[in-house]
Amino acid sequence: MTEPILSRHQIFHLFAAHAREVIREPAVIFWGIVFPILISLGLGLAFTQQGETVYRVGVVRDNAEIPGNGTALESFLENRAGKLDLPENHSPAWQMTLEDTQLGNTRFEFVRTDWQSAMVQTKRGKLNLVISPGENKGIQYHFDPRNPEAELAYLKLSSAVQGRAEAGGGTRGQISPLTVTGTRYIDFLVPGLICMNVMMSCMWGISYGMIDKRSKKLLRRMVATPMKKSHFLMTLMAVRIGMNLIEAVLLFVFVCIVFDIAVQGSIGALAALFFAGNIAFCGIAIFTCSRTANTEVGNGLVNAVVMPMAVLSGIFFSYHNFPDWSIDFIQMLPLTIFLDGLRAVFNEGAGFAQTAMPTAVLAAMGAVFFGLGLRVFRWH
Amino acid sequence: MNMLIEARDVYKSFNGVKAVNGVDLRIRPGQFTALLGPNGAGKTTLVEMIEGIQAPDHGEIRILGRPWKGNEQYLRRHIGLCLQETRFMDKLSVWETLRMFASFFGLGKARVKEILALSGLGAKHSQRVVHLSGGQRQRLALGIALLNAPQVLLLDEPTTGLDPNARREIWSILLDLKKNTRTCLVLTTHYMEEAEKLCEHIQIMDQGRVLREGSLQDLLEDSRAEKIIEFTIDNPDQAGPEQLKSAPFAVQWDPVAGRGTVAISDIEQQLPVFLDFLKTRGLHLKNMECRRKTLDDLFTEMTGRRLHD
Repeated sequence: MTEPILSRHQIFHLFAAHAREVIREPAVIFWGIVFPILISLGLGLAFTQQGETVYRVGVVRDNAEIPGNGTALESFLENRAGKLDLPENHSPAWQMTLEDTQLGNTRFEFVRTDWQSAMVQTKRGKLNLVISPGENKGIQYHFDPRNPEAELAYLKLSSAVQGRAEAGGGTRGQISPLTVTGTRYIDFLVPGLICMNVMMSCMWGISYGMIDKRSKKLLRRMVATPMKKSHFLMTLMAVRIGMNLIEAVLLFVFVCIVFDIAVQGSIGALAALFFAGNIAFCGIAIFTCSRTANTEVGNGLVNAVVMPMAVLSGIFFSYHNFPDWSIDFIQMLPLTIFLDGLRAVFNEGAGFAQTAMPTAVLAAMGAVFFGLGLRVFRWH
Repeated sequence: MNMLIEARDVYKSFNGVKAVNGVDLRIRPGQFTALLGPNGAGKTTLVEMIEGIQAPDHGEIRILGRPWKGNEQYLRRHIGLCLQETRFMDKLSVWETLRMFASFFGLGKARVKEILALSGLGAKHSQRVVHLSGGQRQRLALGIALLNAPQVLLLDEPTTGLDPNARREIWSILLDLKKNTRTCLVLTTHYMEEAEKLCEHIQIMDQGRVLREGSLQDLLEDSRAEKIIEFTIDNPDQAGPEQLKSAPFAVQWDPVAGRGTVAISDIEQQLPVFLDFLKTRGLHLKNMECRRKTLDDLFTEMTGRRLHD
């Protein structure tokens, strides 16, 4: 019986070989599918559920400097914070909870300590704030003003000490928590996870895989045959994009069910942008792995490409927290372009008109890097 | 006669180091040729130029009467290649690997089945490459090299690192090929026995040059009558160069192995003289073997080094 031409065609067998390499690696299922889902679950729950915020406060009381029980610190701890019946030096010694039905409760745990130990624990992140008796029987607050969490702890505690910030009391304005779709942290996070997955999958899957094949002389062996190099690279990219699509769809379905996320913009624009993002990172991956046969060097090269974007492009938190002078540069990174575009479709209802530019830029980046990579590519 | 491989006055340097230094090579259909030499002799570079992945700095190489330039696709259809150690895709089975390589030549299942039988991997066809032994992987590599029934087969140290059984299995496949086809073979090796067993033509290379070439018989013709005496002594510490310098025959002493060799042409006359010499120097003979001269000995004579150095 004559064998069908397709089943003898090199594209068919190259595609099948690349696909088998990926799906027969059990770790791919975990890192590609389960891990992003776990991250979305963990961070999603952490940032969407209103839990209790806990601050640990070190209390330094040098007896020689405390004139008596009349200090604000003494009076606050004795009267406002509940003393815990614990042995000396056992922490916490007191605790106090500020109840708030809208913003969630805040609990302060006060720990007796000396100054030296307080500094060590602060450096280790075990204490958010240190308090000690201050001038005129007041309380002295010690914290790093560049640490937003410490500053928040200070503001809440100092307000509580002055009797202003109990739940519902005081003079604070009306608070309306935003919980509508598109404004929650999980809405911000999911496009970030999808983009990160695409970048990591392309860079490690293609770059590292190619360097590994080169170091094992497999590329040299393959190009000694009439195999078309373009077929080899195209099928490698096609398998990677297919895997990325499956991973993104599974992640999306999961967050839809668990966190009620919806795409507010055009699905067609989303698909085009997703495809362009994949093309961009496939091209960058081919360029990155174009020369070296050393997996150690390859490791460094991939990290050099991935790490700056992973840190700067705003996967987990907005890149607008970085200094103003860096924002223009960050916005030119392929991951940032991809992410901003995807977030616009997910959360701002963007369509083709809004995503045409990032889609075109990403596709062009992919084509340029792919072309450059092919020009300098070493097959042996 | 039309030559399948023809290399004329070929030179190749890397960073000023001459890897191949004026080599000529002519191989006719059906001829099995061994490039024999130690590591760094230039064998692999020469094969890479024949294979078309390196271009000579000077000289010309023609395969099947054609230069590489402009004939890449044609030549790749008619060349088979087996490297010292190719790691194929671990997650693919033997069958899938062969099918993929067969597809590059437009070949189908029928040819893959033939190769499975030829390479003795029929029982392993569904096994993943990662689970094959070293010998089985090398048989797979050889099977892939033979998929397209090549006119030119290039084997770059195909049995290095294999155990004797695995090596003999590879030899058996190649001897069958020699018997049944007109494929020409270029084999690089530093195993003298391999060159002797498989190839009728041998080129001994060192430092990028061909030192001597011809059939095994031609190469050993001049010294056919010579025998090699290998000996060890009870007190090797005393067998320094000074002690052995005054021997009536050229003695080569390997202080690491604690073994000496001496070439003599007339055992009856010269052996007693040599034994007397050892006795008068206080060197007590522990063990002695007499054997025919080999390519390894010839190489040592020409270069002062052994093939495996």
